[in-house]
Amino acid sequence: MADIYLDNNATTQVDPEIVEAMLPYFTEQFGNPSSMHSFGNKVGFAIKKARKQIQELLGAAHDSEIIFTSCGTESDSTAILSALKAQPERNEIITTVVEHPAVLSLCENLEKEGYKVHYLAVDDKGRLDLDEYRSVLSDRVAIVSVMWANNETGTLFPVLEMAEMAHAAGVMFHTDAVQAVGKIPMDLKSSRIDMLSLSGHKLHAPKGIGVLYLRRGVRFRPLLRGGHQERGRRAGTENTASIVGLGRAAELALRHMAFENTEVAAMRDRLEHGIIDAVPHCFVTGNPGSRLPNTTNIAFEFVEGEAILMLLNKQGIAASSGSACTSGSLEPSHVMRAMNIPFTAAHGSVRLSLSRYNCMGEIETVIAAIPPIMAQLRKLSPYWQGDGPVDEPEKAFAPTYA
Amino acid sequence: MWDYSETVKEHFYNPRNAGVVEGSNATGDVGSLSCGDALRLTLKVNPETEVIEDAGFQTFGCGSAIASSSALTEIIKGMTLDDALQVSNQDIADYLDGLPPEKMHCSVMGREALQAAVADYRGEEWKDDHEEGALVCKCFAVDEVLIEETIRANNLVTVEQVAHYTKAGGGCASCHEGIEEILTRVMAESGRAFDPNAAPPPDMDATPETLAEGTTGMTNLQRIRRIEMVIESIRPQLQMDKGDVELVDVMGDTVYVNMTGACNGCQMASQTLGGIQQRLMEDLGGFIKVLPASELPKAMAGA
Repeated sequence: MADIYLDNNATTQVDPEIVEAMLPYFTEQFGNPSSMHSFGNKVGFAIKKARKQIQELLGAAHDSEIIFTSCGTESDSTAILSALKAQPERNEIITTVVEHPAVLSLCENLEKEGYKVHYLAVDDKGRLDLDEYRSVLSDRVAIVSVMWANNETGTLFPVLEMAEMAHAAGVMFHTDAVQAVGKIPMDLKSSRIDMLSLSGHKLHAPKGIGVLYLRRGVRFRPLLRGGHQERGRRAGTENTASIVGLGRAAELALRHMAFENTEVAAMRDRLEHGIIDAVPHCFVTGNPGSRLPNTTNIAFEFVEGEAILMLLNKQGIAASSGSACTSGSLEPSHVMRAMNIPFTAAHGSVRLSLSRYNCMGEIETVIAAIPPIMAQLRKLSPYWQGDGPVDEPEKAFAPTYA
Repeated sequence: MWDYSETVKEHFYNPRNAGVVEGSNATGDVGSLSCGDALRLTLKVNPETEVIEDAGFQTFGCGSAIASSSALTEIIKGMTLDDALQVSNQDIADYLDGLPPEKMHCSVMGREALQAAVADYRGEEWKDDHEEGALVCKCFAVDEVLIEETIRANNLVTVEQVAHYTKAGGGCASCHEGIEEILTRVMAESGRAFDPNAAPPPDMDATPETLAEGTTGMTNLQRIRRIEMVIESIRPQLQMDKGDVELVDVMGDTVYVNMTGACNGCQMASQTLGGIQQRLMEDLGGFIKVLPASELPKAMAGA
C-alpha cells in the first residue's frame, strides 16, 4: 500500500506539472534575468509571467507589489523590520500568542532590543478578542502582524477586519498568510492589508521560494541591499526556476480553489467525524466554525503525540503533533497551551492536514488505523485502565514531578 | 524525525513488561510536568533476598520514554534492590544503543522511578531534587536550569567558564548566544552586566575532557605557586594606586590575601578582591574564592 501523506501544513509535494515547468530553467534557460542578451531576456519574461500569476492568486492591484524572497520567514522578517526601520518614532508591535516562530521568535528578540510587543491572547477555541486588539492600537505601534490561518489548528483570524481597524488607526498591517494562500480565496486590492507573506512549498511549489506582497505606496526599507533585483527591494540573483514553479503553482491553486473548499473539505470532515466517532476521549481543537478547509487537529487524551506518530508512521501514515517530544523542546505546542488545553491532551494533539492529492480511500484507511493505535498506547498509559480512563485520572496517578 | 536506534524502535513497538505486576509490593510514580512524560513502575520484590522477581511499567510519554521504561524493566529483573540502584541513565541509554541528547531525560525518568519504587518498598520518603529546563547544549545534553544554577553557585561570568563547569557550549558552539543570554540574566540578579570581552573566547579545539579537567592535574604546590604568580602579576597595577596585596594562605578553593597600603580600608577593596578572584579563576580554570585575611581566623575556628 502506498504511503498516505496527511502533513500538508508542514510541506506539500511539488506538483509534477510544476516540476515540468521548472526543468528548462535548470538547463537551457540558465540566463541571468538581469543580462542584456537573449539568454537573460527569456528568463526575465518567465519571471514576469510568474509575478502576474501570483498577483492573480492574491488579487493584488499591481504585479510590482509582488517581491520574491527565499521563504516565508524571510518575508515575515522583511515586513516587520521594514516597518520598524521606516518609522523609528514608533516602538511597539502587535501580534498574537499563537503566531508561527517566524514571527514570535523575531518579536521576542526585538523585545530585548527595547521594542514593546503586545501579544494578543486567544480563547479556548483559539479566537482573538477584537476589543483587546482595539485597546492596544495607537500611534506608537509600528506594525500589526497577525497570521491569516493558524498552522496547527487551521483556525482563521479576521485579518480583513483587523486590517481595517489598523488602517483607521494609521497603523501598518502585515499578515503571515503562509497557510492560507492557495486554500482560501483572496482579493488584496479590496482589503487594507499592507503586507502579506507566503511560502511556495505550502502550495505545491518547491522549498526555498517565498513572496512578500507589498501594497503600492507603503513605506518600505529592504532587508537585503545590493543589486537592483525586485526593483531594489530584495537584492540577490533571482531563484529563477523556483519563481517559475511558484507562478505555475499559483495558477493551479486558483484553478483548484473550488475543489479545495468542497472536495478537500469534505474529506477532512469525514476524517474528523470518523475518528471522533470511533475513538473515545478525544476532541477537536481550534475553531471548527472558521478554519482552513484542509486541516483538523484532534487531541487524544492520556496518550502522547510522538508515540502516536511513530505508530502511524509504521503504517505509512504521515501526520504531525503538538507534543513536546516531536519538537525537541520540553514544552507542548504554544498554540495548545494558549488555548488552555490540559497537558494530558495537549501532548496527544495530532494535526492531520490534507491536500488535493488525497482521496477518500486514504481517509477511510486512516479512520480504520487510528482506533487500534490509541487502544495500544492507552493500554500502556498509567491514566488508563481497561476500557476507559481511571477514575479521576489526575488524582489516581499523581507522580512526583521532577 | 528522531534518529532512534533500531533497539529503541524495537522496544517501543514491542514493549517488554508493560502493565502492572501481579502481587507487586513496590510502586514508583514519577514524571516531568513540563515535558509531559510520566511513568509508573511496579516491582515484585522477594522479601527474603530483596531480589526483583518481576517488574512492570505504565508510561504516558513519547517513543523513547516507552522504550526506556521497557529497557529499565528488562535490566533490573533478577537484580537485588541495591544492585538495581546502581543502574545509571547511561546504562539505560547504552542498553538501547543510544538515545538522542534531547531524549536523555526519558532515561532519567526511568532511574528516578526506580529510586521512588525502592523508597516505597523500604518505607522511605523519596524526594527528587532534579529540576529540568529547556535543552541548551545539544552536544552534551545540558539544560538551562543546570547552567543557571552552576553560574549562580560558582559566580561564573564568561561563556568559557560555563563550558568548563558544565560542558555546555564546549562542542559545536551553536548555543553560545543562548549561554550569553543566561549569563546576562543571572548576572543581572546581582546587579552585574555580562561582558563578552571579560575573558578570551573559548578554545574551540579543546575537547570536553580537557575542558572538564581544568587544574585538577596540578599538585597542591604547583597550584599555590600558580596563584602566587597571578597575584604577583596584579601587584604592579595596585602599586600604581599606592596600594598592594600579599598572599596569606590557600585553603581548598579559598585564597586569603592581605590588602595593604592605600588598599587597606579603601571602599573599593571588595571590588579589587573580586577582580583578583576573577583573574585567578580565569588562569586556573576553576572556581576560586578570594577573601581578606581577616576572615582566616573564622575559618580556622570553624574547622
